[in-house]
Amino acid sequence: MTATINTNTQGTLAKLAAGGAFQKILAFASLVILLIGFSIASPNFMQTSNMIAILQATSVNGVLAIAATLVIITGGIDLSVGTLMTFTAVMTGVVLTNIGMPLPIGVLAGIATGAFCGFLSGTFVARMKIPPFIATLGMMLILKGLSLVISGTRPIYFNDTPGFDLISRGSLIGEVFPALPIPNGVLILFLVAGATSYILSRTVLGRYCFALGSNEEAVRLSGVNTNNWKIAIYTLSGAIVGIAGLIIASRLNSAQPALGLGYELEAIAAVVIGGTSLSGGRGTILGTLIGALIMAVLLNGLRILSVAQEWQTVVTGAIIILAVYADTVRRRKQS
Amino acid sequence: MTNLVEMKGIEKRFPGVHALKDVQFDLRPGEVHALMGENGAGKSTLMKIMSGIYARDGGEMLVDGKPAAPDGPRAAQDLGIGIIHQELSLMNDLTAAQNVLIGREPRRRFGRLDEAALNAQTAEIFASLNLKMDPRTQVSTQTIARQQLIEIAKALSYSPRVLIMDEPTAALNDTEINELFKVIDKLKNDGVGIVYISHRMDEIKRIADRVTILRDGAYIDTVQAADTPLSTIIQLMVGREVTQDTPDIPDTSQSPVALEVRNLSRGSEVRDVSFNVRKGEILGFAGLMGAGRTEVARIIFGADPRDSGEILVHEQPVNIRTPHTAVQAGIGYLSEDRKHFGLAVDMTVRANIAMADLGRFAGRSGVLNETAMERVALEYIDRLGIRTPSDMQEVRFLSGGNQQKVVIAKWLLRDCDILIFDEPTRGIDIGAKSEIYALLEDLAAQGRAIIVISSELPEILRLSHRIAVMCEGRLTGIVPREEATQENIMKLATQTDGLAEQTEETTQ
Repeated sequence: MTATINTNTQGTLAKLAAGGAFQKILAFASLVILLIGFSIASPNFMQTSNMIAILQATSVNGVLAIAATLVIITGGIDLSVGTLMTFTAVMTGVVLTNIGMPLPIGVLAGIATGAFCGFLSGTFVARMKIPPFIATLGMMLILKGLSLVISGTRPIYFNDTPGFDLISRGSLIGEVFPALPIPNGVLILFLVAGATSYILSRTVLGRYCFALGSNEEAVRLSGVNTNNWKIAIYTLSGAIVGIAGLIIASRLNSAQPALGLGYELEAIAAVVIGGTSLSGGRGTILGTLIGALIMAVLLNGLRILSVAQEWQTVVTGAIIILAVYADTVRRRKQS
Repeated sequence: MTNLVEMKGIEKRFPGVHALKDVQFDLRPGEVHALMGENGAGKSTLMKIMSGIYARDGGEMLVDGKPAAPDGPRAAQDLGIGIIHQELSLMNDLTAAQNVLIGREPRRRFGRLDEAALNAQTAEIFASLNLKMDPRTQVSTQTIARQQLIEIAKALSYSPRVLIMDEPTAALNDTEINELFKVIDKLKNDGVGIVYISHRMDEIKRIADRVTILRDGAYIDTVQAADTPLSTIIQLMVGREVTQDTPDIPDTSQSPVALEVRNLSRGSEVRDVSFNVRKGEILGFAGLMGAGRTEVARIIFGADPRDSGEILVHEQPVNIRTPHTAVQAGIGYLSEDRKHFGLAVDMTVRANIAMADLGRFAGRSGVLNETAMERVALEYIDRLGIRTPSDMQEVRFLSGGNQQKVVIAKWLLRDCDILIFDEPTRGIDIGAKSEIYALLEDLAAQGRAIIVISSELPEILRLSHRIAVMCEGRLTGIVPREEATQENIMKLATQTDGLAEQTEETTQ
């Protein structure tokens, strides 16, 4: 009797591990442990205002990480998400402040800029066969330079566009539930996460995302136009980066052209901590979300405990290595 | 009755290889047409042309009497031509159903997937295959055999009129093969034409109606399967003249045993393999692709773990777990993929030769002694006759034969006296081949024990003192060269479990 139960549990565990669920549980468990640990260490940690601060800090990196997840699942990598975010913010600034167009046009311009740059990266990778690392490294530098050129190296402020700062700072939820003043930036993060998760699991585009990362040649031999789908995925990823650009521009009420570099690595770190395989084929948006939260909680908690900023960076690096090591151990056990 | 497919005068060239020379092939509705030939005869290439994966360089292809030139897998599918590839081409991270219907997912509006329909359609195909599998099963959790069945289901999902099966049974057990043959019978009755590529002679007899034989990229003959004895088919397959300049075999029967392997096993790839090699002897390993020869070599070299078995070097048991311990025991392995595993092609000849044992050229400070390295490099360039303008030439500029010699020099420098050569002349032109042969004979004459794995039978017959033959992971026989012929080796190499009893008398 006991033996039967044992084999059953083992079977279920094996199934969970095979589905990549184990990594998700591991990441989620780490998040919970961090939350408990910090709240014991400091009474200030578990307060609503601090929780909201953590979520707010997650919003930009979370959206960027979602964009990066799409590309990473195809087996690629995107180093340009950080400077692309800045570039879309600058373009929104140009349309709203310099040209003086109405708010919705500016929002569309930011997202369209992101989508177009994603389309370019996708074309470099899929049609011109430039390795994703190189293609997006090039894009990263091009966009960093263009942001500075177009803005004249000066921040573009959105003071003439009333309501722009509400995109991130306002709180629709807070108007309905005054006790929960969750800023719109966080709401946008969860909306983007939900939509992308749906696309990944329920649409043709999402299916090919996993299929390409799993075995691109097999997909091609099945008669699928792999190049077009890959470009479509990079384009979608770029559009999502455009949304991140709007959030950060709105939060700062300005487009800061010198910002952006380094964000791509934090985004990739969140993706990896969330259990998405860098070799492609496996990954979830929920995992990425948890990964981004882990990073934000960690930084926030260390700050509350007055750990020096230099050490916060060291800890972040160690966490990344630990997360990937846990994934490697799991896979070795499986095979 | 018009032919489903007719191919005439098909030509295909790859850089340096004339893969298909004036090849013809036709397929009628409701028949199983077997395509036979040794490794590299051009079977897979011909079928890749038929299924639109390769473009032909010359010749004609008619489908239903009309000229056709499928320019991709999709175009071939539209013509009703489906293919089950030799190498599994599945997406491991997806489910069975997602794989089967890849590219043709049932959709709802706005690009959304209809997962329920996807699974239902796949379940229907599985049922027709008598395959009990949940369509939602993730592919990577399935055995190779069941993955193969998913691949077959995928091909059937196109309702093809022409179905190409490239070694579909390589990973299947007897029950699964019987199940597959039932499916093939059903497809035949529905008028589907089937091209069947297999190395298993017994299967050809069981299901094929006609057999076309290719050899070295050329069309040889098409025969009726029912009234052609297997021996005739084998003869047509090997056909070549054996090279006559085989040198005398030295008598090594009294020499000490250099390497002995007892009951080596690893999964289904290597099953209970035992043999020995004496000093000064060249032992050849013959067999078809996937017979387990490279797997045996990799286990001996410690590159792959073993389930059971013993390895003795100079009659002492050694516990080889990693390539490092194998090298310490004096065993060297020269991979078939030189560029990948054997050489740093962007570095110089000198650097490559010295790489195996850099420690010997370094002083206590760790600085390399270039003069000593040059001396050793020049010595081996001279001894092995490596043709290179200088020892500072980058290896990628050398010909295949000379690159191979650089790899050999590396292993000699490490004092390996048991050398395993995996496909030592692959990609090397004929002139350089005989030089490599001479070199291997020299190495043996100096008292080294040599194992040669080769898919080219004439090469095995020319070089080996004894020939070990493998089939499906088992060692099916060891033949002294005096008694070896292409025919009896081919028989041992195709002696599958099912056929073992039938051929017992003829080979013993």
